Amino acid sequence: MKNLISERVADFIKNYPPFNVLDNTSLFQLAEQVIIVYKEKNSVIFTVDENQHSHFYMVHKGAVTLNNPATSNILDYCDEGDIFGLRPLFANENYKLEARAHEESIIYGIPIDLFKPIAKQNEQVTIFLMESFASNTRNPYAKSQKGQLYDIEDNEEINKEVVLPDLQLASYSKKLITCSTRTSIQKAAELMTKKQIGSILVVSKELPVGIITDKDFRNKVITGKQPITASVKTIMASPVITYPKNLTITQAQMAMMKSNISHLVITEDGTPNTAALGILSKHDLMVSLGDNPAVLVKAIKRATRTKKIKQLRKSIMVLLAGYLEQNIPLGIIAKIISELNDTCIKQVVEISINKMGTPPPVKFAWLALGSQGRSEQLLHTDQDNALVFEDVPEEDLPKTTTYFLELSKHVTKALNVIGYEYCPADMMASNPKWCLSLQEWKNKLSYWISNPGPNEVLMSSIFFDYSLAYGERSLLDNMSDHIFRTVDKYPIFLVHLANGALQSPSPTGFFRQFLVEQDGQHKDFFDLKSRALRPLIDAARVLILSHSVKAISNTWERYEKLAELEPNNKELYLACSYATKALLKFRTKQGLSHHDSGRFIELEQLTKQEKMKLKRTFKAIKEIQELITLRFKVTNILG
Amino acid sequence: MGLFKKTPKNLPEFWKSYENLFKETQSKNFDDLVFVVLDTETTGFSFEEDRILSIGAVKIKKEIISVQDVFDIYLEQEKFNKETVHVHGLLKNGQRDCISEISAMQKFLEYVGNAIIVAHHAGFDMGMLNTALERHGLPKLKNTVLDTGVIYKKTLIKSYLVQPKSNYSLDELAEKFSISRKDRHTALGDAYITAVAFLKIISRLKEKKNFSLKSLLR
Repeated sequence: MKNLISERVADFIKNYPPFNVLDNTSLFQLAEQVIIVYKEKNSVIFTVDENQHSHFYMVHKGAVTLNNPATSNILDYCDEGDIFGLRPLFANENYKLEARAHEESIIYGIPIDLFKPIAKQNEQVTIFLMESFASNTRNPYAKSQKGQLYDIEDNEEINKEVVLPDLQLASYSKKLITCSTRTSIQKAAELMTKKQIGSILVVSKELPVGIITDKDFRNKVITGKQPITASVKTIMASPVITYPKNLTITQAQMAMMKSNISHLVITEDGTPNTAALGILSKHDLMVSLGDNPAVLVKAIKRATRTKKIKQLRKSIMVLLAGYLEQNIPLGIIAKIISELNDTCIKQVVEISINKMGTPPPVKFAWLALGSQGRSEQLLHTDQDNALVFEDVPEEDLPKTTTYFLELSKHVTKALNVIGYEYCPADMMASNPKWCLSLQEWKNKLSYWISNPGPNEVLMSSIFFDYSLAYGERSLLDNMSDHIFRTVDKYPIFLVHLANGALQSPSPTGFFRQFLVEQDGQHKDFFDLKSRALRPLIDAARVLILSHSVKAISNTWERYEKLAELEPNNKELYLACSYATKALLKFRTKQGLSHHDSGRFIELEQLTKQEKMKLKRTFKAIKEIQELITLRFKVTNILG
Repeated sequence: MGLFKKTPKNLPEFWKSYENLFKETQSKNFDDLVFVVLDTETTGFSFEEDRILSIGAVKIKKEIISVQDVFDIYLEQEKFNKETVHVHGLLKNGQRDCISEISAMQKFLEYVGNAIIVAHHAGFDMGMLNTALERHGLPKLKNTVLDTGVIYKKTLIKSYLVQPKSNYSLDELAEKFSISRKDRHTALGDAYITAVAFLKIISRLKEKKNFSLKSLLR
């Protein structure tokens, strides 16, 4: 029975191989029998040695990874439109890999019984299947190899830990920007500026005849050798160096070194006599190699679509895992990763402003709150953010607010796409209560500080850890000054904040055993965030605020500053600084290996040594809490 | 009302077999439950004056929706309300094959069985369905009903400053959960959107303490 849902399914699958070559009748016949499966994040679709399912799968929304659970290696990463779990059904054997939802996903299950006869009838489908079964390359992130079925690796290959660059295919940009030989130099430069590219291909009769890079403008035009009105023919490098596609990274590097050039032209048959398919630049190679923050920053800044940033964030995670493995000091890791995350957010805001069509009416600042504001966010967590804009005349306020709310909606949605969950308490700039003018914010902050109930303390604790993610710094400074002036007037606020800092549940019981959660989904797990990290974070905040130190929002940096300000407590503060870093590192490692936020820890999985390490940090927590109790006389006033 | 209930023997056979399904006890395990997510398009908002134009529904078993097993029917109309045509585009006796109200009810009962009914702002859809049943001298639906509009609110954290809205539209849910709004305002299309939203809500609620069917009904 053809229905709306089957039409929707057909509409989707027809865009991807092998379904793109099917005729409409077979397509609809298949679509009507599809099952739509919902998988929550981290749930298993099939495991190693499981019996064949009656369906193979295509990712509709979300992402699925194919893993080897024995080595916990991710062997392939299936994006929207990729199919998986097909080969075992053809080979008539059990699954060799485990498929797991990497994000919350919706997958289509396509019945094999129905697909087999269709595949046999259709030559193109058969060829596609043969090619993908036979393919041995494995680069999870290269778009050019997507849609292949990786179920085929035999054990020998699975054991290979490193992907060698000489086997990895270099991905190249397929969006060719070209001009003709008669184009003027100025026109070509304008086109390159508009498209934000560093090189342009010169074609004649659809064949590549030359290439111009930024360097050619400097060497041959600005030096005065050629006027900007001359044709590009006078400055282009010709002939072009051409290669066929499926060039490996090493091959491409060699080719560039050999001819001392930075761009290769990829053509259909590898000679200049066929049409160009794309350009492979040194930059593309660097991105393929990946593990380099500078390259990632550049790539993020170039991204014009949110989806692209999402892909780049995967590389950031690979980088993070590598750093942790190499035992690089956490302070440095956090700096690099936060810098990369900040760049992502900046780019997202830029993209969103472009979407708005009109530039912002007044200056504004996008604030990162919570862990991101403290530069302590290494894994993807919830987004907490706020927006502040310059004061405007009262009659313009509604209009201005509407603009920034609209902008915030674009930004929070895009952040959600790249992997930041929406804040469940709606503390986001897209909430009208978190998108205000400078004066409105000041009023709100004054209210919190002068009426400190438990809620106000919670609000302000999120709010005092903020950093500028995008926009005008003076707005932020103005807010900070206002906070310190107001806190001076209401010293009792600090006592409430201090009291709030002592509210976190204790990490250990009377006999120094770990206290675990009593019920809920995380029963018997240790809550690292609220029992260990939060007390340290909260304590640092109230202490630093009492010293009126602004512009340091990072917890361990706050402790380092405190050690400087109070030499008599130096040792304790440095211990706290160390403990914070150690705990965060611990949490990040846990999060990476379990693909979650790392907040809840299964104690049984820890080694004796790890447990000892954890317990050592608890000593610092206890002592800092005692210091706060004494200093702010919390018990006297509230007890 | 209960006093003038029809005696069981007057009820048609299809109702009896529907009713019999409820004699079996349902599984306590949430993952074993069957859900029928439905949406109705109607000529208007009055239970008495207006009529159902179409019913669309999908069935969820173990987080799987089978495309083959969806429910999509259009009803013959004697009444016609011009004002809502622009919303759902269903013209009276359009090109679709339409069936009578009573056979639509019979088909629907066969489809839904003793599954748990899920709908967005379920009160309205249930009201329309129950009034339709009543017109043919049949009792009300016996199924357990979940409203995605209500259970969505359970995923939100209640906190100072952030009072959840009292009402979330299907469009807002689709937006929050990034569900494509294609086929919006067709009964089956809306049912599908509601089904995906329902699955996503449930996966978020499962993390909470004491999650069970009962906790959703509260």
